[in-house]
Amino acid sequence: MVYTSYINKEINFDEENKQLLEEIISYGLSLGAEFVEIFLENTDNISVLVEEDFITSVSPSFGKGAGIRIFKDKRDGFVSTNDLSRKGLISSITQAIEMLDIHLTTNKRFEGLENIRNYSITKNSWLDSIPKVNEIGEKLLSSTELLKKEEKVNVRKGSYARNWQKVIIASSDGTFAKDIRLHQTVGLNVIALDKQYRSSGSRRYGSSDSPNDFKNWNHEEAANDVLDSSMSMLYADYVDACQKPVILANKFGGVIFHEACGHLLETTQIERGTTPFANKLNKRIAHEAVTAIDEGVSSGSFGSLSVDDEGMEPERSVLIKDGILKKFISDRAGEMRTGHKRTGSGRRQNYSFAAASRMRNTYIAKGNYSKDDLISSISDGLYCKSMGGGSVGATGQFNFAVEEGYLIKNGKLTKPVKGATLIGEATEVMPKISMCGNDLELAPGFCGSISGSVNVTVGQPHIKVDSITIGGR
Amino acid sequence: MDLKEITYLITSNAELLKIKKWDFGASFSNDFSVQVDKGIAKQLKASQKQVLTLRVWNSKNLVGITTTSDLSENGLKKALYQANLASNYGNKNELTDFSPLAKDPIKNIKEVNRSPAGIKILLETLRMAENKLLKKHSAIKTIPYNGLSESFFKRIYANSDGAQRSYEKSQAAIYLYARAEENNRKPRSSGSVKIGYGLDDIDINSCIDEAAEKTISHLNYSSIETGKYKICFSPESFLTLINAFSSMFNARSIIDGVSISNKDSIGEMIANPLLNVFDDGLHEKNISSAPFDGEGTPTQKLCLINNGRLENFIHSESTARIFKTKPTGHAGLGSKVSVSTDWIVVERSETVVNQVNDLNHKDYLGKHIYVEELNAIHAGVKASQGSFSLPFDGWLCEGGKRISIESATIAGDFKTLLNEIINIEKKQYLTTSGISPHIWVKELSITGDA
Repeated sequence: MVYTSYINKEINFDEENKQLLEEIISYGLSLGAEFVEIFLENTDNISVLVEEDFITSVSPSFGKGAGIRIFKDKRDGFVSTNDLSRKGLISSITQAIEMLDIHLTTNKRFEGLENIRNYSITKNSWLDSIPKVNEIGEKLLSSTELLKKEEKVNVRKGSYARNWQKVIIASSDGTFAKDIRLHQTVGLNVIALDKQYRSSGSRRYGSSDSPNDFKNWNHEEAANDVLDSSMSMLYADYVDACQKPVILANKFGGVIFHEACGHLLETTQIERGTTPFANKLNKRIAHEAVTAIDEGVSSGSFGSLSVDDEGMEPERSVLIKDGILKKFISDRAGEMRTGHKRTGSGRRQNYSFAAASRMRNTYIAKGNYSKDDLISSISDGLYCKSMGGGSVGATGQFNFAVEEGYLIKNGKLTKPVKGATLIGEATEVMPKISMCGNDLELAPGFCGSISGSVNVTVGQPHIKVDSITIGGR
Repeated sequence: MDLKEITYLITSNAELLKIKKWDFGASFSNDFSVQVDKGIAKQLKASQKQVLTLRVWNSKNLVGITTTSDLSENGLKKALYQANLASNYGNKNELTDFSPLAKDPIKNIKEVNRSPAGIKILLETLRMAENKLLKKHSAIKTIPYNGLSESFFKRIYANSDGAQRSYEKSQAAIYLYARAEENNRKPRSSGSVKIGYGLDDIDINSCIDEAAEKTISHLNYSSIETGKYKICFSPESFLTLINAFSSMFNARSIIDGVSISNKDSIGEMIANPLLNVFDDGLHEKNISSAPFDGEGTPTQKLCLINNGRLENFIHSESTARIFKTKPTGHAGLGSKVSVSTDWIVVERSETVVNQVNDLNHKDYLGKHIYVEELNAIHAGVKASQGSFSLPFDGWLCEGGKRISIESATIAGDFKTLLNEIINIEKKQYLTTSGISPHIWVKELSITGDA
């Protein structure tokens, strides 16, 4: 293949840039790389914050950058830069080659890039059709106004963030794809205060690739929900430390599965040797009531993708079927190093991160029970209606804060309690999920890990865990 | 692109848009990092980053902002245009101005700029460190989390009133987190982090020794009974806690109603009189020290708690104006200017006498829990409510013996904790996030597995 030298050429996100990208890839291969991948990104973001009755912050940002990754002998070198000129990209790939200490030039054959798979064709007008700042501000102000109806609410906040991202992905196996991604989130936060009593509440709503979704957001329902939660918890007692059965609510209750088990099914964890499930494929790792899925295809869900950050269309992966481990979440490096096939899960926060195997929309499938069936099956336990954040350590231990909890006595919900933390290990807890409700719902969230913060969906129906350690006072 | 060049481009293009008042902060960095897995290079990374945050004031004195990584002339023009548009939505209730201290002299910091060691040397060094750590004990099977990095960066600030500041620095860091496993026992993990101005300044061997000692010492573990225990916080864990609740010193958080302090809290006794706390971003041991903040205000040492009494809040320009004081050098440039602490120094007051309690973590024989490291801070701390419930690594100590705690959480109220401090040891220890001695607390709730 003969290439023209584009001395002054710079990536133009409105064009394909095919020849320039082929030149960069060929150059990398000629210097000895076995595989070359280029990820180009152009962003246009804005966030709006309303506090009490005023817009207090409008923050636009925009930028562009490139992440270039090369592989040699299963090792990889990754260079990111804001310099998208030909010179800048050549310099970056040369640096990646030098980092891997590659000296042997090769004549590895490069057939050129395929015809571009352009997922952005129908998305070019999105940036013009999303709501304008004044429209966003008005709805957020209307939301914080609704939060006034509880006089003990001392802090009222509404926030909106829009992330628009245009990406071009090109690699030496011919992959050539272009996409536009749009993520919008909106949230409400309150703090209620009465003498020495304090409580907080928050709710977040999010969508992908749905320009008009903000207009559809039911702010009245969200405001009522967050008020109910914070007022319920305002005078709540601290929970006593104990071991008890718990019911985890649907939607964001799925964060526990995401953190405690989902991360352990990413091939990056196999590579690190930090998952207890590495050799458990086709073996039982959970109660037979549990089927779990990770997918990137649900329309409009926060973790959905047209194409992942390595140019592969996302698949629907059944991770656990009736308690049996069926699949790991894999990216290109994961496939190369662990042998597990890619699942369209190569994801990154932005150009400055190399893609890694990451969850998308991850949830436990619905079962046959009603929420009441689950609660009535417990004589002494805890109902976790709303979960806070959590984390998993290098040895698989997890912990999660319960934002809104209620004691269960004799099959009935009783008084609210605060300060609870759920503590356990995935290998011990997964077999104890004995009942799954029939009310699966998803909730948007952000997941931080090796390749930065990515948009995800967590979800589940109401589930019962037979016993778990509850940290308290 | 340097300070003068960007300032020139912004000045000339601002004039075209009839923008008379602006300021900006920008940073430029070159970063290199390596990770290894049993001697094999796992991922080698390099990045060149630049980012600029620009504020403009419109004719109504309202502020608009834009952040961009595109520092070409076209990028800066777009940033000015967008910021100007955003100023239409500027906060009318809290006006922002330049810091009155943006042109004051800044203190000379140790502006250390080491030469890059380069990826190959970073890789060799990390391989050596991983290998040494693996050999420390047969139970240490892997070092799943490891990394060695070096960063070279420059920060600048300028405004249309003629303020111009810049500094350059370098920084290197290593982290080694080992995972140890013994037959029929749960795996244990612990580690160490060390930072320096450059690779040669990092004490790699002490990082290896610390990671090994911590991990191995936790191999013999046992579960603990739920209950209330006397607590000794390690310097690291106490600093983690005080940083997690730093909104109590933060004027921005107080105005926003998300702090456990209020506007009238200055002067209140909030802790045992033995406790002194400073924010000292310019401390000679602070590798990350910066001579000015996001608004160009010089960094300074500030007493936060003096003999148990709340002494000062940290401020940006706008919060200082509301509190009728001066900015303290803790601002981060943004549409809504953030405020945060720099580097906390905790000490035992020299002026308080008649303290009868002289507990010492090295020789106290009574039953207590030694909290080595607190985890999952983002999930377990409710800073706006003052409460915490956190998993931790630590020991149950009694009669000179100690046993690692298998899995437990510690919970309490931070204000109560400060008041129930029963001793502050004299010797201070340097950590990556500040300086502190060991801190003893009367009792806190522990949830265990036993």
